[in-house]
Amino acid sequence: MLTIAGRKFRSRLFGGTGKFSSPEVMKEALAASGCEMVTVALRRIDLNNPADDIMSVLDRERYLFLPNTSGARDAGEAIRLACLARASGGGEWLKLEVTPDPRTLLPDPIETLKATEELVKEGFKVLPYMNADPILALRLQDAGAVAVMPLGSPIGTNQGVLTRFQIEIIIAQAQVPVIVDAGLGAPSHVAEAMEMGADAVLVNTAIAVAGDPVRMARAFAMAVEAGRIAYESGLGAVSKDAAPSSPEDGLGFLR
Amino acid sequence: MRILCNGEAREIASGSRVTDYLNQLGLDALSVVVECDGKILTREEYGSHELQDGAVLELIRFVGGG
Amino acid sequence: MLPPPRPRMGLASCVSPMFVIPEFSALQAAISRATEADVLLALHSDRPGLAGLAALLSPAAEPHLGAMAKRSAAITSQRFGRTIQVYAPVYLSSFCANRCAYCGFSADNTIERRVLTLAEAESEAMILHQRGFSHLLLVSGEAPAKVGVDYLEELALRLRDRFAALSIEVQPLATEEYARLFRAGITAVAVYQETYDRDVYKQVHLAGRKADFDYRLETPARAAAAGMREVGIGALLGLADWRAEGLALGQHLAWLRKNYWRTGLTVSFPRMRPAQGEFKPLLPVSERDLSQMIFALRIFDPDVGLYLSTREEARFRDGMIGLGPTRYSAGSCTAPGGYGLADAGGEQFEVGDSRSLAEVSVVIQQKGFDPVRKDWDAVFQVQGDR
Repeated sequence: MLTIAGRKFRSRLFGGTGKFSSPEVMKEALAASGCEMVTVALRRIDLNNPADDIMSVLDRERYLFLPNTSGARDAGEAIRLACLARASGGGEWLKLEVTPDPRTLLPDPIETLKATEELVKEGFKVLPYMNADPILALRLQDAGAVAVMPLGSPIGTNQGVLTRFQIEIIIAQAQVPVIVDAGLGAPSHVAEAMEMGADAVLVNTAIAVAGDPVRMARAFAMAVEAGRIAYESGLGAVSKDAAPSSPEDGLGFLR
Repeated sequence: MRILCNGEAREIASGSRVTDYLNQLGLDALSVVVECDGKILTREEYGSHELQDGAVLELIRFVGGG
Repeated sequence: MLPPPRPRMGLASCVSPMFVIPEFSALQAAISRATEADVLLALHSDRPGLAGLAALLSPAAEPHLGAMAKRSAAITSQRFGRTIQVYAPVYLSSFCANRCAYCGFSADNTIERRVLTLAEAESEAMILHQRGFSHLLLVSGEAPAKVGVDYLEELALRLRDRFAALSIEVQPLATEEYARLFRAGITAVAVYQETYDRDVYKQVHLAGRKADFDYRLETPARAAAAGMREVGIGALLGLADWRAEGLALGQHLAWLRKNYWRTGLTVSFPRMRPAQGEFKPLLPVSERDLSQMIFALRIFDPDVGLYLSTREEARFRDGMIGLGPTRYSAGSCTAPGGYGLADAGGEQFEVGDSRSLAEVSVVIQQKGFDPVRKDWDAVFQVQGDR
């Protein structure tokens, strides 16, 4: 069972609510995914169309809403969004995203760390979205983040776990759960992340823009389970050279 | 009187409370976050806070996001 | 130059976690369960983990010593290059308040006791400086009245400009005391648990502050919390089952890495040699055993510094160059004043390799390695008050 900040999750797949073709498709796909936590963003209400409330289709009893600070370009904006999220009854959970570059949407490490330090002091349960930098992961953890969310590849690019070797280091060193987020484009990608030992994954784009999002959500759910079971069952060693009986060349000096 | 709401100029009746304006827009208070002149209001304050002329209002809600 | 490092006084939460070592018998059980399949898995894994370490320490790994040596050599080469870092110990004092059954300095041994004055200690250090050493290990018996924090602080301030690194192997100190010494120029702390077996520990540590197993166990964490660049751990081989000591060391390393990730770590392998008091090792450790332990720890932790001191014979030390160890002492005297003073008095242990730095360096070079005398620069260290 996965535990983050004292809360247990049966599913290690977290969902995103963006980019779906309609609220109904989003609702069905998330249900098919089996996920228990979904990210949501904060935006101004469209005064010309105030009834349009995509999130009203989701049952807040079933899903823990994880507000994100998407749109924030620096720590100050992220902190403001965090406060707005909390005021909306979103609780203290927060996915911290500080992305000053709208083209790549890569997270700013310095602003992310600054915001994490400040928000932890304010009582937030911060899950920072970050580039797969092992030292940054340690710094965020030391600052009190309840998990770390290193990217597999840039948001929406569906390229999979390009940051594999760094994520392995993060997983080996982390004392908090590691949730691989962003760029996971296919079920095989999430299986790979889970086989590496990731505690969970977050998938949004790949499900939302699939031809059949509901079936794709199910495929991702199965892949997360498969990857996790494989990890827990002890994967066989990848041998770089054959292992014959061992001659003791070079040990003749031992007495 | 005039207020600025989500960056747009809007005319509202004097003495309006936040709840009145939300009702006018057909918004459920539970799904909206209100920031007035840079300060986030609590739900209780929606009913008591009287809007002044020139107030800067931000009405925020959860939307889909990754 | 560089901004001073923040002393780490604990994690974001106010209470620092404590290192807990499993029962020695549980460690032994984990090792004895290991099969050849486990050994092969560990040998080929990038992250063998503690289960892999247990397998590599087990009897099942013995037929694979050659493969372990090869893997250990490859990892060492990758992480450390073809280098061996050289250092020398300076014994400051043979006074000791503890009675440890195995040690030449034990309080109930009748040996000539000596504590160097600061001037004498400085002079010993300068002899080593002349010989080419830039890393010193300041050693003393555990007698705070003779060699206390004030003494060490003053000595560090005197020596810091002439040596790249100063480590200490003295009595366990409090975090604040380590922080003081760090500011004065001490960069590393070595403190060996001697044995991770509580029962044996009680039997051999008869009196003195050292009898407190847990206080000693927590010492590496205190030194790390104080900001020391490096912390060294070790077990005295021969006291208890070496395989389980190896696994305990692995546990300790893993815990320190998680909780003090900024701190460099090293392991030493003091293996019991004849000493005053004629303590015979309870469970003798052979050279083969020692090499298996070294290879296993290297495979388990590619980044840990591994010491091989002059306790060991020249032949063994030469053979191990490139196979795992990364730090060698040379020309060591284990009696205070032994480098320069005629009446140096009692040794802590007999040296197995009495060659000079120059002689050892030649052999290191012949084997295709570079004897590194200086790995850091004192000027980067935060400056203390003068």
